[in-house]
Amino acid sequence: MTEVAPLPLETVWFGIPLSDFWFVVVFAFLAIFLFLDGWDFGVGVIFALREDHHEREQCLAAIGPFWDGNEVWLVVFGGALFAAFPPVYATLFSRHYLLLFGVLGALILRGLAPEMYEQREDEGWQTWWGRAFVVGSVGAPFLLGVFAANWLLGIEGIALVSVVAGLALVALNVASGAAFLRLKTTGPLREEMPDYGIRATVAYLALVVVVLGLLALRPAIRDALLAPAPLALVVGSVLLGVGYLLAARGGHPYVALGTSGGMTGAFIALVAVLLYPTIEPMTGLTAEEAIIGAPAVELLTIGAALLIPLVLTYFAVLYSAFSGPIEVGESY
Amino acid sequence: MVDPATASRLQFAVTTIVHIIFPVMSMGLAPFLVYFTWKDIRTGAPLYERLRRFWTKIFAVSFAVGTVTGLVLEFEFGTNFAAFSTAAGELFGGPLAVEGMMAFMLEATFLGIFVFGRERVGDKLYFVSSLMVGLGTWLSAVWILVANSWMQTPRGFEVARESGQLTILLTDPIAAYANPRFPWMFVHMQNAAVLSVALFMAGVAAYHVYRRHHLGVVDGGNLDDRFWRATLKIALVALIISAPLQVLHGDAYARHVFETQPQKFAAMEAVWETDSYVPEYIFAFPTSIDDLLNPRAKEIFGIGIPGGASWLASGGNPQAEITGLNEFEGSPPVAIVFWSFRAMVALGFWFMLLAFWAGYRWWSGELYEDRLLHKALMASSVLGIVGVELGWIVTEVGRQPWVIQGVMKTTEGVSPGLTGAEATLTLAGFVGGYLVLLSLYTYIIGRLVRRGPAEREEAERDQAPSPAPTGAGDDD
Repeated sequence: MTEVAPLPLETVWFGIPLSDFWFVVVFAFLAIFLFLDGWDFGVGVIFALREDHHEREQCLAAIGPFWDGNEVWLVVFGGALFAAFPPVYATLFSRHYLLLFGVLGALILRGLAPEMYEQREDEGWQTWWGRAFVVGSVGAPFLLGVFAANWLLGIEGIALVSVVAGLALVALNVASGAAFLRLKTTGPLREEMPDYGIRATVAYLALVVVVLGLLALRPAIRDALLAPAPLALVVGSVLLGVGYLLAARGGHPYVALGTSGGMTGAFIALVAVLLYPTIEPMTGLTAEEAIIGAPAVELLTIGAALLIPLVLTYFAVLYSAFSGPIEVGESY
Repeated sequence: MVDPATASRLQFAVTTIVHIIFPVMSMGLAPFLVYFTWKDIRTGAPLYERLRRFWTKIFAVSFAVGTVTGLVLEFEFGTNFAAFSTAAGELFGGPLAVEGMMAFMLEATFLGIFVFGRERVGDKLYFVSSLMVGLGTWLSAVWILVANSWMQTPRGFEVARESGQLTILLTDPIAAYANPRFPWMFVHMQNAAVLSVALFMAGVAAYHVYRRHHLGVVDGGNLDDRFWRATLKIALVALIISAPLQVLHGDAYARHVFETQPQKFAAMEAVWETDSYVPEYIFAFPTSIDDLLNPRAKEIFGIGIPGGASWLASGGNPQAEITGLNEFEGSPPVAIVFWSFRAMVALGFWFMLLAFWAGYRWWSGELYEDRLLHKALMASSVLGIVGVELGWIVTEVGRQPWVIQGVMKTTEGVSPGLTGAEATLTLAGFVGGYLVLLSLYTYIIGRLVRRGPAEREEAERDQAPSPAPTGAGDDD
């Protein structure tokens, strides 16, 4: 063991610095998580709005085979952030201490509740686990929205803009959840999904306007917002939102789901674009400063390049095995 | 209010101790489920279909709880041990990221098909799903243990200090990740998982064999009896193989710890002064009450096998010298390590005895008649998991005060900005929340186990069939 001074040497592959590559990968993992598990969260909100016992079971059955795999994207996001940018992971997670334990608590409730719900048939039991499921499904995206806004602004605690961003993410997830349930359920529940999705999308766009207004009150962010890339993302979000409305009304749930995925991507891309080249504003660290050393990042990049195509294959197999509606009681 | 360092350590201890139960269940059940699925597909016998369905249910609940409690551990490195994460992230973060992408993704996606997709996919893909779920759970263990073994016996790195900030740089990935400790941990852990699940299955089966006999409903040809008898026999095969292997392997593993982590070995044996011909204490007390909680206590009184610890350390030489704790910087809480080690070894021998006992009864054709054996198996059903907990306490508490042996102390690794109030609040939340979680898990598993496979199927048959899909696929 010898004491040496660290000499950060940036690795560039195919013209792309690996710090930039991992900056994109980390935010892409977060966006994929918020889209895929986002529709599970949205299903949880719709579950709260339906009183019929059978419809509630339809909601749970629809996400049954998928939620666990979807949640792993959060594990992979955390792992990639930890592995590629250790000081960013450490600062963000320790500074947003209670917020992240709130996210964990919500995710525990959301994961545990459906398992518990189906164990017993009596009403009291199912009422309480239904509530736990809803609290978890609303709490997780709300707190993650707050987290994303706090990350961008480099602030701790809860600001108004973060709260509105959290609500916006919940609304966006309801839009995804409605499109998903349109594909995965049958009967009256399915028929009402376009209405839910349309209302949620309108709410999302309205909340995004409020978020942008609140951001514009902060001079540093206002200037950054007026650059071409952020403006393109804002305009793109509005167009995608209109696309969702048309697709939902026209009976194209795949297109609707796709546009809500696009809106989720734009939401996270906006955070990333406004941050870049900084990755953590509280300490002012840039991606280039925070990236791990050359041999480690090269190894990590090769690992990810080999594994991510495999992961996408697993998801393709899973979702194609369960194409079409999922019936209640379909298991084992 | 607890100080942030102590609260963080306690919280990590609580969250790990609870979490490890669920991976042990899923890793241990995986090979059984692959076998049941294979037999179900090949024979189409109702017995194997029931075995697969019943144990898959237990697996699914364990896996779901394991997912959410595992995420907590990953986050805690950032929230509570930010200084450790910053310093060691370059070496430690990689295995965690790869675990997520290579292992966790594999198990979580194929689990969906395995649990919900029997009617949706063909036999071949269904069997592959069982295999992928099993492979995923074991690959998870590979990467977690790659990370953990590096903390025990770190290699392949350089240390840089810039204005007091410690940074650990990866210099030799093969040395770091192909760590000599890894194969020891992997074999010990995976065999322990199989052993724990074998004990659990045997205990559950013994309960039903015992109960059905007691109720006078035994009829060897009946499907329920065949189900529990088959479970018992399959579990006993695994027990008879894994119990002796665990003890034999553990003996050699202790020698490896002596050679590579002498401080931990000294704590396991409570050796303070360097000495040769060190006895193996089966039972020991400090000579004064004041020394009870003092890891530096100089004297102990107890019943020991002369030269036993030296014999264990060296692999047969009772004269071998053991370096005492006083030679090292800092010391783990010796009493915890010393007693956990003894309790784990005692359990190991008990499992071996149980395996011989059950094996003998099987051979003599009295497996379903020996009431005392059934009671012993029932009483031992969760002791395998207790053994795993004790083993991890020896491993992790025995490494203290270091988080990375010889490189970084645990107290140095705590998040600098963390307040005692925040840490105490989440600690209290986890202690309370995990007590509830554990009670719920025990309640649900207990309920499933008491009901057995048949009642569930009957309950399903009683339910009205769900309405036929209407208008499905219009939008596709």
